[in-house]
Amino acid sequence: MGKIVAGVGSSHIPSIGDAYDQNDQSPEWQPCWDGYKPAKAFLKEKGVTHAIVIYNDHGCDFFYDKCPTFALGAADEYPIGDEGWGIRDLPPVKGDLDFSWHLANSLIKESEFDLTVCQEMVMDHGLLVPLPLLFDHDPDWNVKTVPLHINVLQHPLPTPSRIWQLGQALRKAVESYPEDARVAVVGTGGLSHQLNGQRFGHTNEDWDHEFLDKIEDNPKALIDIPHDTWMERGGAESVEMMMWLGMRGALTPEVNKIHRSYYMPMLTGMAVTCLEDKTPAAV
Amino acid sequence: MTKDAKDSKYIPGTTVFTGHESAKGLKLNKFAYSLRLADNRDAFGADPAGYMDKYGLSEWEKEKVLAKDVKALVEEGGGSIYMLIKLGGVTGQGLASMGAQQRGETLDEFMATRNVPLKQNT
Repeated sequence: MGKIVAGVGSSHIPSIGDAYDQNDQSPEWQPCWDGYKPAKAFLKEKGVTHAIVIYNDHGCDFFYDKCPTFALGAADEYPIGDEGWGIRDLPPVKGDLDFSWHLANSLIKESEFDLTVCQEMVMDHGLLVPLPLLFDHDPDWNVKTVPLHINVLQHPLPTPSRIWQLGQALRKAVESYPEDARVAVVGTGGLSHQLNGQRFGHTNEDWDHEFLDKIEDNPKALIDIPHDTWMERGGAESVEMMMWLGMRGALTPEVNKIHRSYYMPMLTGMAVTCLEDKTPAAV
Repeated sequence: MTKDAKDSKYIPGTTVFTGHESAKGLKLNKFAYSLRLADNRDAFGADPAGYMDKYGLSEWEKEKVLAKDVKALVEEGGGSIYMLIKLGGVTGQGLASMGAQQRGETLDEFMATRNVPLKQNT
């Protein structure tokens, strides 16, 4: 049977991927690396077999000519994308076609989420920044991944409450999977940052901490916040933070906090949160 | 409050990437999106104006791209910052440099405002 054994929230800042590939061990990067270690250890301890990664593509595979609001990958392998600076030296992301189609059936038919299902999907930094920091990948991945893209680039965006409901539907879908699967749901994006206009570089550490608190203890307080308020508080591009609500919606109302880290070096709040159900499933 | 779908300028210093902005910038953004592929980066680098003509860019768009005027492209041209970033793969203009230009600062001035300057972003 499928079980959700962990929920992880993570930033997906591209420079983290660059620094990781360069094995940059300079002091300014240590808080970032240290932030992932407890989460990675927990996922290993829980024997995670599958990761459902809720993220947004940034013009790696999807463009504005056809722009799905929700897109689920359904393949056994996903190639590493080139976003404009070359292809990172990572093995192709390993998928699980059977698990993906099970999720698609449950989400679309039972929970009435009208997803776009993608049999070919090229992986973007939204997924590829956190994945190597959470799972082994040399020589190959020790996890099978299901990519779940949400449009947060071109407005109108899905609402935070809809993303929360998607998380709840994901839980139902995972738990109806007849095969053994120990699943981590990962939500990636944010935290506060703004990349466009005169307000470029806007960050908001107070809001980031409030958000991280609420993700743990009171996530429903976040789901009615309008997009404009997210943008005003955290910057126009911080709407990515909604992705964490998909992860949190897949967990029980109360959770055990395993780990949290936060670091604000330059343009974007770097955060890692690792949670599990209040009464964890027997594994 | 629900904003008019056409309104993209209601947060100071910000252009919200609405459907109307996206429609205005469709050719520009498609051109920038194409630069995710190495062959296209080579072709643009070899003949910038000719490459942009293939994507049907206007004279104004071509001029602003060549001038690395991200501010104008975002604020007036429907440019999506996520697509315009890819120009940097050819021109070498990094994200922080694009940010400084949008703020009307030099890169050094902008970096001085940061907690911890990271070279990966420049």
